[in-house]
Amino acid sequence: MKNPEEIFELLKSEFGNTILGLEKETPTEPIITVDPMQINKVGLFLRNNNTLKFDSLMVLSGVDDANGTKIKDEDGTEMISGGTLSVYYHLHSTNLKHKITLKVSTPRETPQVESVYNVWRTSDWHEREAFDMFGIIFLNHPDLRRILMPYDWEAGYPLRKDYKNPEFYKGMKVPY
Amino acid sequence: MPLKTETMVLNMGPQHPSTHGVLRLELEIEGELILSVKPHIGYLHRCFEKHAEAMTYPQVIPYTDRLDYLAAMGNNFGYVIAVEKLLGIQIPERVEYIRVIMAELQRIASHLVAIATNGADIGALTPFLYLFRDREYILSLFEMTCGARMLYNYMWIGGLSHDIHPDFVRKTKEFINHFRPTIVELNNLLTFNKIFIERTANVGILPLDTAINFGASGPVLRGSGLSFDVRREDPYSIYNRFDFEIPTGKGLVGAVGDCWDRYYVRVLEMEQSLCIIEQAIDNIPEGDVKSAIPKRIKPPKGTVYARVENPRGELGYFIISDGNINPFRVKVRAPSFVNLEVMGELCKGHLVADVIAILGSLDIVLGEIDR
Amino acid sequence: MGLLDKEFSDGNIVIAKVDDLMNWARLSSIWQLGFGLACCAIEMMATSASHYDFDRFGVIPRNTPRQADAIIISGTVTLKMATRIKRLYEQMPDPKYIISMGSCANCGGPYWEHGYHVLKGIDRVIPVDVYVPGCPPRPEALLEGLLKLQEKIRNESLRKKIS
Repeated sequence: MKNPEEIFELLKSEFGNTILGLEKETPTEPIITVDPMQINKVGLFLRNNNTLKFDSLMVLSGVDDANGTKIKDEDGTEMISGGTLSVYYHLHSTNLKHKITLKVSTPRETPQVESVYNVWRTSDWHEREAFDMFGIIFLNHPDLRRILMPYDWEAGYPLRKDYKNPEFYKGMKVPY
Repeated sequence: MPLKTETMVLNMGPQHPSTHGVLRLELEIEGELILSVKPHIGYLHRCFEKHAEAMTYPQVIPYTDRLDYLAAMGNNFGYVIAVEKLLGIQIPERVEYIRVIMAELQRIASHLVAIATNGADIGALTPFLYLFRDREYILSLFEMTCGARMLYNYMWIGGLSHDIHPDFVRKTKEFINHFRPTIVELNNLLTFNKIFIERTANVGILPLDTAINFGASGPVLRGSGLSFDVRREDPYSIYNRFDFEIPTGKGLVGAVGDCWDRYYVRVLEMEQSLCIIEQAIDNIPEGDVKSAIPKRIKPPKGTVYARVENPRGELGYFIISDGNINPFRVKVRAPSFVNLEVMGELCKGHLVADVIAILGSLDIVLGEIDR
Repeated sequence: MGLLDKEFSDGNIVIAKVDDLMNWARLSSIWQLGFGLACCAIEMMATSASHYDFDRFGVIPRNTPRQADAIIISGTVTLKMATRIKRLYEQMPDPKYIISMGSCANCGGPYWEHGYHVLKGIDRVIPVDVYVPGCPPRPEALLEGLLKLQEKIRNESLRKKIS
C-alpha cells in the first residue's frame, strides 16, 4: 500500500513536467493534477506498474469550475466566459488496496482531453456522459455522442452553470 | 451459389415487459444469433445533478431516494456518510446501529424484487407472488418507523428523522423467524429447478478480468469469483463489528460467472443480511437520534468521495463543496450504469431469449442509470 | 354488480338498458397496458401482487397496446419518452382510458422547478381521465383511482359517443 505522496513522487520521476502538482485538501485525500493531453500515458503507467496496479476506475466526473468572468447577457441571465472545465478520476486497486485522485483542467471555450478508453473500459459511458452534460471532447474515443439527452438536443450542455432552458421541444412546452 | 444474407436489426423498445423499466436495446441478429447489442438509455433522465446544485444539503435527501427506488435506504446512507465526512461530525451509537439494521432490511427487500422479476422474465410466475408477499412484511416494518412504504427520507445528516417504534425489535425478530423457511421454499421452487438451470447456467459468462476492467461491482463482480465487498474493503459506519461472510460464485451448476451464479449470490446474501440483523437487533444502545444534527449545514470547502455497498453494487457520491449552503457539484456513481456496459460483451453469440435472462441477472434499475 | 343481481327472480328474463349493460361489461374487465416508468411502477406491481390484488377487479396486464383498454402512466415522463407515449396512445383502439398515477405524471412532481428534461405532466401530450396523487401513491390510493374510473365508465352513454 502506498500513500499519495509516494505515488506523486513516483509519477513525477517518471513523467516530469506533465504532472503539475499535488493539492492537499482536507478532509479528503490529496489530488494530483495532470496535463490533459498526457492523461492516457499516465493512466497506462498507473495500471501496468507492479507497485501501483490501479486496475479499477471508480468514477470519472466532469465539473464546471465556474471560475471565469461573469458577463450579463441581453435577457439578464449570467453567462460565464473564460475559466476552465475539469475532469476528476478516482482510481483504486483491488490487489494493493490504495486509492488516488487525478484531476485535469481544460479551457472552457475549447475543452479537449485525451480519452482513457483503452486503459479502463468503464470510461466509455462516463466520458460520453461528460460530453453530453458539459461539452468536453474526448480525443480518440470510438463513439462520442450524447447518452442521456435526446440525440437531437440543440440547446447546449445542461450541467454548465450558465445553461438556459429552451421554450419548446418538438411541440411540448418545457418550463413549468 | 451462396445465398446472400443480411443481418436484421431488432428493436426491444422502451416499452417492453421484460426490460425492467425504460431501456431500449438495439439487437443486430442473424437468424436467432446475436451479433451485437447496443443499449440506449436516457428515457428517465430526471436532472438529479442539476437539482442537487439548487437545493440545500438536507433538501437533496428526498431526491437521492428516487435514484435507485428499490433500495432507498442505501442511497440515503451513502449521501449522508459523504456529507458527514465533509463536516467531520461524530454520530451517536444508536443512530449507527439503526442505520445498519435498516440498510440490511432494505437489502433483503431489494433482492426479493430482483429475484422475483428475474424469475418472472424467465417464465416462473409463482415466485413473483410469493416473494412480493414477503416483501410486504419488510415494508410494514419501514412504515411503522417512518411512515412511508418505499421512499423514506429517513436518514438525515447527523441522525435520523424518527426514532424506532417500541414494537420494532419484537416485530423484526418475528420477521427473521418467518423469513428463514421462505429461503428454503425459494430454493426448492426456483433455485434448483431443472428448467431454471437450463435457462441460466452457462449463459452470459463474465470472466473476472473483464469484470474488473469494466468496473462491475456487487453481485455481478462477486458472481465471477472475486470476493470484493465495500463493507469489508472500505468499512463505513460500524460494519467492522459484525461477522458475516461474502458469498461468491463457484460454478455449482455451470461455469463460474454465469447467470445462475449471479442469481445464487443474491440468495446467499439475503441469508447473510439476516445474520447481521440478528447480531445488531439485540444490542441497540440508548440515546437520542437527533442530538447530533447540526443547526446549519454549511460544510467547509473541499471534495469528498464516499461509497457504500448497495444491493446492486458500489454506490458512490462525489461531492464538491464551496462553502455555501448548496453543494457545488454532486456526482453519483451508480452501480447499474457501470454494470450495464458489460451487456454488450456478454450477449455475443447467444440467442435472443438469452438476452432476457442476462438482463435479469444484471439487475438494473433505470432510475439510477439515468439519474 | 348491483345492476343485475336482483333481476333474476322471474325466470331467466332480465330487462336493462343497453347503456348500462355495455358499461357494466366494460368496467368489469379493464385490461391495462403494463407500462411502468419509475418508482410508481413498483407500487403498481405491488398492487397487482397478492396483498392488494388487482385481479379481483378484472384488471390484467397486457403487453401490447393493441389489446389493452387502459394505460396507467406511472412515473416521470421525460421529453425523450413523451413522443413514444404519444405513439403508444395512438396505437390503442377505442374505447381507451388513461390513469395518471403519481405526482410526476400529474404535474411534473418534485422535478418541476429545475428539470430541463422532464415533461411537467402527461396531460400536455395525451388526455387524462383520472389523476391519482401521491409520491408514490399507496396501493389503496391506486385502487381508489380505479374505482373512480369505473364510476366514470358507469356514467357513459352510447348516444353521446356516436354523436
